[in-house]
Amino acid sequence: MLLLLAITALAIAWLRDLFAAVMLAGIYGLLSASFFVSVDAVDVAFTEAAVGAGIFPLLMLAALALVGRYEQTAYRHPLISLLLVSITGATLVLGTLDMPAFGSPDAPPHSHVAVRYIEESPKEIGIPNMVTSVLADYRSFDTLGEVAVIFTAAMGVLGLLFTGRAASPGSATERANMYDHRVLRVVSKMLIPLILLFALYVQFHGEYGPGGGFQAGVIFAAGIILYAMLFGFGNAQRVVRPALLQILAACGVLIYGSVGVVCLLSGGNFLDYSQLLPDPLAGRHLGILVIELGVGITVASSMILIFYAFASATVNPEEVA
Amino acid sequence: MLMELYNYWVVILLMMTGFYIVIVQGNLIKKLIGLNLFQTSVFIFYISLGKVSGGSAPIFAEGVSSYSNPLPHVLILTAIVVGIATTALALALVIRIRNAYGTVEEEELQQRDLEC
Repeated sequence: MLLLLAITALAIAWLRDLFAAVMLAGIYGLLSASFFVSVDAVDVAFTEAAVGAGIFPLLMLAALALVGRYEQTAYRHPLISLLLVSITGATLVLGTLDMPAFGSPDAPPHSHVAVRYIEESPKEIGIPNMVTSVLADYRSFDTLGEVAVIFTAAMGVLGLLFTGRAASPGSATERANMYDHRVLRVVSKMLIPLILLFALYVQFHGEYGPGGGFQAGVIFAAGIILYAMLFGFGNAQRVVRPALLQILAACGVLIYGSVGVVCLLSGGNFLDYSQLLPDPLAGRHLGILVIELGVGITVASSMILIFYAFASATVNPEEVA
Repeated sequence: MLMELYNYWVVILLMMTGFYIVIVQGNLIKKLIGLNLFQTSVFIFYISLGKVSGGSAPIFAEGVSSYSNPLPHVLILTAIVVGIATTALALALVIRIRNAYGTVEEEELQQRDLEC
């Protein structure tokens, strides 16, 4: 699997056709997701499959539609760069010679906090998925910061690209290409409700199985984006309005932060959920459920907003300048 | 020896491929694809570090005694989503550059700057 990844990466470096490179980048994302499953990182694999194989190539394609498909200039100093890269690579390989063997149970990363997370978290937090416990409880302050970064990035994209004017529904430019493919239309009509349902399952079942707000957010966004691509950008904007999404994106962060403030007011530390209810375990459950909901709302609406911004820039290129 | 470090070496190969693309190619979109390769190689590195032989996915279950390390999973899970958000911001900047300069090739951009 890793060999396939390496081949894909080399092919990306080799190709001068950007469209093919983006398609290969999608395959690369899917391959790395399957690698993550094979080394037990199921939560990560969910996210990488939706982001690496879905949203990333889509955004790249939208950008290519605006900037052109082929590279023009020649490579600059290819030999010197190759030498530089080889030296750096060789140094790193030398560094790996001292590293613990892959999969070794007594490697240093497994000896500090990880032991506590694995042994105590099922009792202390009361939920089986340790990834969710660490993400939403032990390290919840980090996660708050990350959600804020995603929100800020989405607002940045909007500031740079969004034209504010929705494409008129059913106009000639938009449903032109994909809508005529009957197979795509029928299959996606069956799949989209299932994708959205699956996203909700991943959202609310994240404590017991693999899942949580980040994964659910990107899967939900991928479903809506699929709809927008097939049934037209204007129609999608009528179903999910950009103004609503902007409010939702902010609300997600707000929900997360407010849980922290409520914990403070009930006499605990910031984001110490055990204060929320008389029973500390039930309080932790509630806290994790609510903040995961906040994360999911922000991630999903940010991703859809970013897609809208790119799509509107593609539909009305002259308005962006 | 070879199989024990195989993962790390592939990670280094991927990382250097991304690095090479960033240095050599003049096209800004291609540079972003290269940065993405670089980023994913770091993800693979972290997840490889977290694997424990014979361990199962870090979800508590009766009768399972050995789990892989959940901490790298948490870090990378959030990093992926933050990564796509920042990549989108970079792409938006590239589109604005294209609208302002009419090109996304680095050398032409520098020439335009010198002309002004």
